[in-house]
Amino acid sequence: MANNIDVNEVKLTAKDFSSDQDVRWCPGCGDYSILAQVQRTFPDIGVKKENIVWVSGIGCSSRFPYYMNTYGFHSIHGRAPAIATGLKISRPDLSVWVATGDGDLMSIGGNHFIHACRKNIDIKILMFNNRIYGLTKGQYSPTSEKGKVTKTTPYGSIDYPFNPASLALGAESTFVARSLDRDPKHLQSIIKRAADHKGTAFVEILQNCNIFNDGAFALLTDKETKADHVLVLEHSKPMLFGKENNLGIKLDGFRPVVIDINDGKHSVSDVWVHNEEDHHPIRSFILAHMTDDPKLPTPIGIFREVIKPTYDEGITEQIENVTKKKGRGDLQKLLFESNTWEV
Amino acid sequence: MEETKSNGKTVQSLNDVTVMFAGDSGDGMQLTGTQFSNTTALVGNDLSTLPDYPAEIRAPAGTLYGVSGFQLHFSSSDIHTPGDSPDVLVAMNPAALKVNLKNIKEHALIIVNTDSFDPKNLKIAKYDSNPLDDGTLEGFHVIHVPITSLTTNALRDTNLSIKEITRSKNFFALGMMYWLYNRPVEPTIEWIKQKFAKNPDIAAANEAVLKAGYYFGDQTELFTTRYSVESANLPKGVYRNISGNEATAIGLVTASELSGLPLFLGSYPITPASEILQYLSTYKNYGVKTFQAEDEISGIASAIGASFGGSLAITTTSGPGLALKAEAIGLAVMTELPLVIINVQRGGPSTGLPTKTEQADLLQAMYGRNGEAPVAVLAASTPSDCFHMAIEASRIALNFMTPVILLTDGYIANGAEPWKMPLIEELEKIEVKFATEVEGFFPYSRNEKLSRPWAKPGTPGLEHRIGGLEKANITGNVSHDPDNHDLMCKLRTEKIQRIQNDIPELEVDGPSKGDVLVLGWGGTYGSIREAVDRVRKSGYKVSQAHLKYINPFPKNTREVLNNFKHILIPEINLGQLARIIRSEFLLPVIQLNQVRGLPIKSVDIQNKILEILGGNNGK
Repeated sequence: MANNIDVNEVKLTAKDFSSDQDVRWCPGCGDYSILAQVQRTFPDIGVKKENIVWVSGIGCSSRFPYYMNTYGFHSIHGRAPAIATGLKISRPDLSVWVATGDGDLMSIGGNHFIHACRKNIDIKILMFNNRIYGLTKGQYSPTSEKGKVTKTTPYGSIDYPFNPASLALGAESTFVARSLDRDPKHLQSIIKRAADHKGTAFVEILQNCNIFNDGAFALLTDKETKADHVLVLEHSKPMLFGKENNLGIKLDGFRPVVIDINDGKHSVSDVWVHNEEDHHPIRSFILAHMTDDPKLPTPIGIFREVIKPTYDEGITEQIENVTKKKGRGDLQKLLFESNTWEV
Repeated sequence: MEETKSNGKTVQSLNDVTVMFAGDSGDGMQLTGTQFSNTTALVGNDLSTLPDYPAEIRAPAGTLYGVSGFQLHFSSSDIHTPGDSPDVLVAMNPAALKVNLKNIKEHALIIVNTDSFDPKNLKIAKYDSNPLDDGTLEGFHVIHVPITSLTTNALRDTNLSIKEITRSKNFFALGMMYWLYNRPVEPTIEWIKQKFAKNPDIAAANEAVLKAGYYFGDQTELFTTRYSVESANLPKGVYRNISGNEATAIGLVTASELSGLPLFLGSYPITPASEILQYLSTYKNYGVKTFQAEDEISGIASAIGASFGGSLAITTTSGPGLALKAEAIGLAVMTELPLVIINVQRGGPSTGLPTKTEQADLLQAMYGRNGEAPVAVLAASTPSDCFHMAIEASRIALNFMTPVILLTDGYIANGAEPWKMPLIEELEKIEVKFATEVEGFFPYSRNEKLSRPWAKPGTPGLEHRIGGLEKANITGNVSHDPDNHDLMCKLRTEKIQRIQNDIPELEVDGPSKGDVLVLGWGGTYGSIREAVDRVRKSGYKVSQAHLKYINPFPKNTREVLNNFKHILIPEINLGQLARIIRSEFLLPVIQLNQVRGLPIKSVDIQNKILEILGGNNGK
């Protein structure tokens, strides 16, 4: 089986990717936008729809496969990366996608997530991060901010949240990105880039749960505030943001600071230039941790993309090499090869 | 017993012998035992082995809990167990002697390495005085051999370190035993040359020590008798010696070939199942893909993914791992995907006895899931039977689109026996048909077996979604409808029941009607068979039936059971099959239960049968 995914010959449209099932998310849920952006992007990723598989776990996000007119597998809580791993290893010709949430991936599925990243399994993981358990009706999640008051933390949560981008980087994911449900164009571009990446692609999508955690990302999505709070990362471009695009990130040692390039003291040449392909991961960690400091904007875009051989390529190659060396296995020989005797 | 003279020594011909090699866990006893078994197999004896080793890799030297043993029963006739009690004990240190003394036969032959009976080792083995001279061994035939010094002597002209030299002492013991039981040293010399090809000094040393042991036997006056065990009269064919785990691995590769499907194994290392993963990872040129997962759950989840993709998907584990896989097995039940789950049972509960055998996962395999989640449950009965049952498990999984649990156990997984190998071209193909027609495709429509179509990704027009939520009959859409759920639960159960039409009937060995039927399952086959044989030899009538298919039972099971006054069920658990038989057939059964981490002794089953017969019935 080829390790290359067959490319499309017929031009599909977003509608081709829409299944016959009624979408059952709450009205106003951020998931609708994510679904729409995926359906809009998929005609352009160059893969036949029968060669695409969506795998999910449990949670609101995990209903996703039902709404995509591709092959789909709505599995059990946390296990989507493991199921997707087995599918991709056994069928390298497929384009395998995981739809998951912050509870599904960062909590019960944490182990599968880090190991999929470590092994560079060629799967694409879209994590819808609403920082809350929605399907179980409002308990705090592993990405909820400390002090979060929910049904299970009436006096505020006392544990520290995961930083998903940092976790993915730490687990050696070869593609780490972040986007927003309310920024359709940006989200489409990131989905396209994830599709093009060969290796584990992790995309954190900040997503509003208008029922249990409404407005969690309002600062990043409201017209008035977003320009000052969102930093759009672009490869080999200086990190500029703000209404006037006059604010920039300067790297002061390991510490990112905000500067005004029009204040007479700084210029655009002081601004940190983003390099997605930076060989060393340290700068991408600094980007991931900018959310620790409320004075800094939240970066969206691609934190890091590096290329190294994928696990499924490795296993295919090993099979080819061993077969070349030993010849295609002959079962009868296998039985008779060790100490035998005849009666 | 025949006696002849040769080279000044008496040669005694024996029908069967049980030997126990015992020493420290670092003494190489498993290797010694395996070599003796392989050579014994080559000279044509029937044999059965029982490796028994501690959970510690290198327990502190000389301790009682660090003793590693390898029991081997070989014979000139058909045998089925590694022997109840050894006739010969090779004890490399005081601890090995102490641990095994209570289990060996009266008047057994004991060969001890006297060099290790020093004050330090005696103390570690908790001996207050030296058992070699305080009367402890009275009644036994004890042979004192300074194995360590003789080994050192044999290697005095080499440049090896003391540590390297003493490490080869197991080959001295092996050589001596080869002489004593008239076996050739050549197969082991061949093996040494291959094994230590990269280290010719060690290879030469091991060979020299092996030969030294052999010649010692010949020259010493300590041995006055030599034994011979003629080759067994086995059915014609080509044989090899095989362990259960290797047979399982080869069976799976065979199933892959017979079905034309690529093999995928998702697994996490666990004693005593890891070897299956190890074997399969060497079969790359058979197209086998093995994935050592991050945990047990990922092991099965990756296999379910591969099954969705159209592979013959396998996961292997032992009891604790089966517990972790329970939720995912339920997913495979709901999604009706073919999947083979192999559980090499060990002592439980919890971590239990990782290196010891048990049959206590039957109820877990049958019922250990949430909801009504029926799966097929099969059990292999001997090491070589693992080959056939691995193929059977694959066949049923693929034909019925269902998870199948195959139970083996630590005893048959590690134990070995001669195996008459099949000709691959004579094995029946496993028919697999993937759905390709768009017209009339429904993911949850069913054929006469009640199995649903398998449409793998990549097939144009058959894009569909499956998952763990209840499925609507035929369309496979998500459904919370009460009547549909009721129907689907019943359909899934009925599907498993219909496997009855595709499996062999339960065979009865002996009269099909009578006073006593000994009913077993899994790895107790050999012990029961030997017990039944012995009881018959003393003139009683007794029958045996062995279940290899437990869910569903073979069609004629009720009929078979109804023909006997008493049903005895020996199990290495506290009565799990007995419980199922009672509830399924409303029959009283007599239990014989031991959970000692060891195979049940034939003699215990024999006594129980005689007790039921009351000493005179059926004669």
